[in-house]
Amino acid sequence: MLAYHFTEMPYPYVPDEVEKGHGTSRVTLPNRYCDPQIAADLYNRYLDEYEYADDLGLEIMLNEHHQTMTCLDAVVPISAAALVRRTKRAKIAIVGSPLPHRDNPIRVAEEIAMLDCLSRGRIISGFVRGVGTEIHPANTVPAYTRLRFEEAHDLIVKAWTTPEPFNWEGRFWHYRYVNVWPRTYQQPHPPIWITGSSLDNVPWVADHQYTFACFLTPYEWTEQLVNAYRKRCAEKGLPEPTPDKFAYLALTYTAETDEEAERDGQGLLWYLYRVRHPYFNMPPGYVPAPALAKAMLGGGGKPYNDSWEMLREKGVVIAGSPDTMIEKIRYLHERCGIGHLLMMNQAGFMPADKVRKSMKLFAEEVYPAIKELGVKTPALQGV
Amino acid sequence: MATTQGTAAAMIGEHQEETRTVGGVQLQVLSGGRGDPLLVLHDYEYYNEWQPFEAALSASYSVLVPSHPGFGASEFPPHFDSIDDLAYVYLDLLRDLGSDRVSVLGLGVGGWIAAEVAVRCTHHLRRLVLVDAVGIKVGGVTDRDITDTFIIGPKDFLQVAWHDPAAGAEQMKLAGLTQLAEPELTTVLRNRQTAAILTWKPFMHNPALRRRLARIDVPTLVLWGESDRIVSPDYGRAYAAAIPGARFQSIPAAGHYPYLEQPEPFVAAVSAFLREA
Repeated sequence: MLAYHFTEMPYPYVPDEVEKGHGTSRVTLPNRYCDPQIAADLYNRYLDEYEYADDLGLEIMLNEHHQTMTCLDAVVPISAAALVRRTKRAKIAIVGSPLPHRDNPIRVAEEIAMLDCLSRGRIISGFVRGVGTEIHPANTVPAYTRLRFEEAHDLIVKAWTTPEPFNWEGRFWHYRYVNVWPRTYQQPHPPIWITGSSLDNVPWVADHQYTFACFLTPYEWTEQLVNAYRKRCAEKGLPEPTPDKFAYLALTYTAETDEEAERDGQGLLWYLYRVRHPYFNMPPGYVPAPALAKAMLGGGGKPYNDSWEMLREKGVVIAGSPDTMIEKIRYLHERCGIGHLLMMNQAGFMPADKVRKSMKLFAEEVYPAIKELGVKTPALQGV
Repeated sequence: MATTQGTAAAMIGEHQEETRTVGGVQLQVLSGGRGDPLLVLHDYEYYNEWQPFEAALSASYSVLVPSHPGFGASEFPPHFDSIDDLAYVYLDLLRDLGSDRVSVLGLGVGGWIAAEVAVRCTHHLRRLVLVDAVGIKVGGVTDRDITDTFIIGPKDFLQVAWHDPAAGAEQMKLAGLTQLAEPELTTVLRNRQTAAILTWKPFMHNPALRRRLARIDVPTLVLWGESDRIVSPDYGRAYAAAIPGARFQSIPAAGHYPYLEQPEPFVAAVSAFLREA
């Protein structure tokens, strides 16, 4: 199993009453509440922690969100570039480039190819459809996200794997000469990861033999997603998936004792407790009408207001003493076949000293015991 | 004129529902009445039910109310992605009706569709009525001509769309407003999904339409609810000013849906206009 350090790089210093007053933490929470001097300090602190992860022998995961206090990483190729030359060995998993919201997929292909060369092959290229709140910053037609995702993906992979210029007159993009320099360092291209939290895109991901990454899903749900992937592979005569095909993101904190982990790890829950705008989160057509109607009538929501204990039971929070962490991570691996553990080690106001302490304890007393679970190196990804 | 009406169906208030293929697209069509054809093009926040104003107009006209492609029970061809696509379907319908005395009553986004039809071809058209129509750009780059109703809930929607929001609450089927059964809720959500595809960007307008309105050569009435806070009466006046010879008229105590909120004055205004020689 590989473990990846992650933070969404939050800007937590917006007063609660302001966030509640605007009815949202994202999209339209005015940027007057972002003090650039504080942002500068935060970026540099978060990147210092990423470099520390590299020093500790952990891997790295980055993501991208827009127009939000919850995530200052608005341009993931920039944070990746800032880390590529200052880290020595860590894989850098970009999870991911939000394909529907990028005007020019060829630019995405170039970004990843350059990063892959700069890092000499340490990039993992995640592609995401983007959550509902990403629609408005890019002003993408919500119902087209899936179609744009697939066309952009096809175009990018073709750009990476075609050694001469080609033509593309698609539904959304039009080029007469696609000819990306440089070529990717890894061949045929960096591993591709795809995120998902519903069964909708699992067959597509399995057909392409990409790694499927679930974020903060409870055990039962993670299991269903993983089993749907396995089932699809069996149906299509594809190889049985190894743990390398499954990644899981949890809120994580390691401390000397379970009690200390609960005390010092509480700050992680800041991420879940943000004010969610019902319409920015669910623009019309982002989820197809029949599925949305069922969801609206069926109730059942995400664990946004769950307690620490409820979240630990669901596996969304993995926190505790080193022994507890080893036990919980083994359970996650055995129950859900996970080979990549993505660790949101920092959220909200969690300070650098506590986060580093947790990372160090994990690296020294947990990681050696779980590293042998699953694969040690990513399997080659077929195109 | 294709019709399946019997005597009973021609009575005021009686209407029928049929499926009609137009331009290769299967449309759900409500219809009723006898007389010259009156094609009603509905707005985006819409639930396909026969309304009192349609029943009243069916006393003098053969009223046709298709559900646009992607709305109600009408199919949505997967490659349709703009109001233009809908305009061509309705140009086909006008041709299929085989009459040169069709009037079009375009409501909201339906007014936009009607305008796109009329700038292309008025051969079958007698008169045009645009009601609280969207589709053109009136203000500047950073002006919001049209309220974004995709990001507000039903209560806020009623505030901007109705002079009397309580009346609107009783009359409109909105997601989240009342407990809708799954098929109804699915339809309401699908309508909105289609509306988002057709109007997302540029928001609720075609940058080229305003300069093309000069091509409209049939008598046009632009009718507006005075309390419309989705799209303002001033916007409506600009719309009318761009159509040669068009008249602007407002309806008091009505918002974006004067045909639902003030059906009698609305029907009177429309009927008077259509009766003019």
